Amino acid sequence: MKNVLVFFSVLLLGFSLPVLGLEGKVDGKEIPAINYALDTVWVILAAVLVFFMQAGFAMVESGFTRSKNAVNIMMKNMMDLSIGTISFWAIGFAIMFGNGSGLFGFSGFFVDASKVDSYASLGWSSVPVMAAFIFQAVFAATAATIVSGAVAERIKFSSYMMISALITIIVYPVSGHWGWGGGWLSELGFTDFAGSTIVHAVGGFASLAAVIVLGARTGKFSRDGKSRPIPGHNIPLATLGVFILWMGWYGFNPGSTMGADAGAIGHIAVTTTLSAASASLAAFFITYLLYKRADVGMTLNGALAGLVGITAGCADTTPAGALIIGIICGLVVVFSVIFFDRIKIDDPVGAISVHGVCGVVGTILLGFFHSSNGVFYAEGNAGWSFLLVQIIGVAAVVFWAFCSTFILIKLINSIMGVRVSEEDELNGLDYSEHGASAYPDFSKSSFGSTF
Amino acid sequence: MKKIEAIIKPYKLDNVKDALSNLKIYGMTVSDVKGFGQQKGHTELYRGAEYQVGFVPKIKLEIVVADDKVESVVETIISVAKTGKVGDGKIFVLPVEETIRIRTREKGDVAV
Repeated sequence: MKNVLVFFSVLLLGFSLPVLGLEGKVDGKEIPAINYALDTVWVILAAVLVFFMQAGFAMVESGFTRSKNAVNIMMKNMMDLSIGTISFWAIGFAIMFGNGSGLFGFSGFFVDASKVDSYASLGWSSVPVMAAFIFQAVFAATAATIVSGAVAERIKFSSYMMISALITIIVYPVSGHWGWGGGWLSELGFTDFAGSTIVHAVGGFASLAAVIVLGARTGKFSRDGKSRPIPGHNIPLATLGVFILWMGWYGFNPGSTMGADAGAIGHIAVTTTLSAASASLAAFFITYLLYKRADVGMTLNGALAGLVGITAGCADTTPAGALIIGIICGLVVVFSVIFFDRIKIDDPVGAISVHGVCGVVGTILLGFFHSSNGVFYAEGNAGWSFLLVQIIGVAAVVFWAFCSTFILIKLINSIMGVRVSEEDELNGLDYSEHGASAYPDFSKSSFGSTF
Repeated sequence: MKKIEAIIKPYKLDNVKDALSNLKIYGMTVSDVKGFGQQKGHTELYRGAEYQVGFVPKIKLEIVVADDKVESVVETIISVAKTGKVGDGKIFVLPVEETIRIRTREKGDVAV
């Protein structure tokens, strides 16, 4: 009896879908119900994978920082997800994908699922507004959580929550609108398939702005200008984080088709994998050459660099192209980490190098490796104009992300301060900001570079 | 020979180590300890309930030095480890009967 009821309910739903206005449409044209269902299921599944990247970020950040700040890292990650998703629901999504000008959208606040027309820029995807929203929301949350790693161990928690909210309300959606929401960059032909620039470089360069205002951790740079390593407290946790992020990227990249495109999603999964693998190998070997021993932290960051780098071109490069992009990003990230350390920018987890620098590099490399429009493939000068568009897009988004975050964090600093007191920082934020301990029953050793 | 035991704040360890190497003191033993003196510990929060953590993390430094060095070592540790706040720690000076280097069997001040 129950089975009969279920059967008839499904049948009824299937027939009523067109009546309820819930049929799948791509650019206004209807598609078969089965495609509509598959597309939606795929997008939701991909969104869940990208959601899980929050766990990846939390583990990486905690593993690369000291145990006395572990609770603080967990709280920051929990909160930037919670605040970010709600902010993006209320305002960010409308600015990013709403109809408006070439600079930002202004329709469809609080995600009204019945008003499909409010988000014309998503008309190319068949999935319902709610599914598209949740997928984009976890992307926004990813951009926001990148910042938590760079500012770790010295930012005031309340200021961090403010900056997180502002990133998902203004910073990320405005540049997102330019590239994905039908704005001026998409009109130019700027290609950033899953967000090397729109998501990762935004997060990375917002981080740079934040770190410049915040300053380095106490004791990181000695008075005679030497950089002192502050070792992370749990390499296995950091590694777990990287594996989780890599896995999440299988939602991040293939999911950006926003449809069950059989031809594309397999290809994208392959390019993603090859880039990550070659990048981690490149980082492994370059650190072996530089230091006589491969560095585990750099190798882990290498894998992430490859993933970030291929995110722009995962759909449009060949597998071989992806491999090369990975190698380049794996090398770049190592030298970038060394560079930022040398110019006294303290980035505890390498977020600026992995997400900022490699996001830029990956998007520009797409100018060469795009299998139809890139310099290595296109006819005549078309490749060079495409490369130029990529460079313009990257420059504009990075400039926006850096400057807007810099202004916002300067503002927050003048109102409420962004840095904890030196004593609180030395005692550990777990105690000073949260009155808790991450490892109350462990005896914590804090030798080596002891702070 | 005297053994100097210093209980100091954990984040002072690097400073103390550097300051002691300026005095040409290169050997020491360091351990993670918990304790309290006048610093009464602090209150922590776990799932909505407060509890008292009586013991505060500290670092214990143990150095054995020749008698003539004791004063300078103690002064150095105090000047570097002091913050002026409760919880700075204590220094104990104990007599040592003998010191032997395992590798060479050297004894006395040479072995310190």
